[in-house]
Amino acid sequence: MIFSFDMLILLFLLPSAVIALQLRNLLGASMVFGIYSFLMCLLWAEMGAVDVAFTEAAVGAGVSAVYMIATVYHTNRRSSD
Amino acid sequence: MKVFTGIIVGCIGMLLLYGVNDTGDFPAWGDPDSPANGSEISQYYITQTIVDTEVPNMVTAVLADYRGYDTMFETVVIFVAGIAIFSVVRMMEDSGWHAPEFLRKPDLVPKHTVRLLVPVIQIFALYVLVHGHSSPGGGFQGGVIMGASYILIALVWDLETALKRFPEKMAITTAGVGILIYAGFGFAPVLMGEEFLNYGILHHVLPGVDTPQMARYYGMFGVEIGVMMTVSSVMFLIYALLASRGLMKKGL
Amino acid sequence: MEEFIHSKFNYWIYVLLMMIGLWGMIAKNNLIKKLIGMSIFQTAIILFYVSIAVKEKEANIPILPHHGHDYSPLAAAAHAGHGDGDGGHKDDNGHNASPEGHGDHGDHGHAGAHDPKVPVPNEFANPLPHVLMLTAIVVGVATLGLALAISQKIFKHYGTLEEDELLKKVRADDYV
Repeated sequence: MIFSFDMLILLFLLPSAVIALQLRNLLGASMVFGIYSFLMCLLWAEMGAVDVAFTEAAVGAGVSAVYMIATVYHTNRRSSD
Repeated sequence: MKVFTGIIVGCIGMLLLYGVNDTGDFPAWGDPDSPANGSEISQYYITQTIVDTEVPNMVTAVLADYRGYDTMFETVVIFVAGIAIFSVVRMMEDSGWHAPEFLRKPDLVPKHTVRLLVPVIQIFALYVLVHGHSSPGGGFQGGVIMGASYILIALVWDLETALKRFPEKMAITTAGVGILIYAGFGFAPVLMGEEFLNYGILHHVLPGVDTPQMARYYGMFGVEIGVMMTVSSVMFLIYALLASRGLMKKGL
Repeated sequence: MEEFIHSKFNYWIYVLLMMIGLWGMIAKNNLIKKLIGMSIFQTAIILFYVSIAVKEKEANIPILPHHGHDYSPLAAAAHAGHGDGDGGHKDDNGHNASPEGHGDHGDHGHAGAHDPKVPVPNEFANPLPHVLMLTAIVVGVATLGLALAISQKIFKHYGTLEEDELLKKVRADDYV
């Protein structure tokens, strides 16, 4: 619960959420989504929720990003907006 | 469409910010007397977990013992998601357009690194499962790490190499057996006369266990084993189905 | 002013993230972008629940330290058994003492065993929202996997993942 640490993580978190939605290359969007998941895991670990952070690190950044990349590989890689 | 959505989302955001700040109902951040932190049941969980169940990790105790019914149906939800993806995507042959597939031998450095790493990852997954009573961890985290180790094999070598070690039928069977273990640990107290999922009565049956507290400790551990089996097999099954478009032959 | 920002700060962050996710779910054309927006929305809700479980100043993680040996009554009873064994040895040495002395030795043996401490609720973070959010994360990944599988089938059938072209093709299918 250190306030300045929270601010530092949030400084990277909010732009990564916006960038994940704005990138036109869907492969890049999946990777930035993985970065967003990792930063959320750090934020929750800093707030004292260690079990939740462990699960999010394993699930969000490990498994969820891989599912997205596998789907993007078999469908279109460019999006129109 | 985007401008219209932006206006609506901005209005909803303003409304929520007004509700958070000015009405004064929301407690301050980190307040120990807020309705969530100061309620009777949270304080009961903090003070009585070690007395009732001898487990130091309060989150695991609440998840597997006090709210075990919830966790059972969460495991069923994961199983149903795996079955649903299987029934949507699985097909035997395909003749339409598909992405070009690259067949290459695995590269030298990833092949030898992963060959040494995967046994260590699986032992770590079992460690996270067993040590979930005194450190962060438990059934879910161990199951996801175990499933991720098979996904790693499928990424470095072929999907077929991973499917030789963890075939599709074994994955679906393991997922079902995990839920049966959970429901079995819940149903055994019913056979002895207590309610469903009340592990405390099992100290008459389990070998080497003499107090109801230690019976709850080992009941929680058995239940987490069931959860880990289901979660690991469903995580790998979903990856195999998504990466090969349902064919389970070649893949990413 | 400083106090006001400090006390309401997490609510502003989660409202902002929720609105970013909601905008992404409605306004974007691509189906995969809509799914990314849905995931951002879900993790913002989980951030809200985790942030209301925080207690400030000395709050520790919700795991009892030293494997809970200081707090557990069974470990304290095992220690009391050892303490009575030592007190019994002392009684054997002082066997021909008076009954009051015997009682004093017995009391000393019991007082030597330590009572289990009770965990102070303000020292540990609230475990209940953490439990609810564990379920939420896992259900979220199951939903994401199913949505991705359905979008693969949509691409196979219609050839595109953009929402406006999909709507045109679906309506053309309806009128055949």
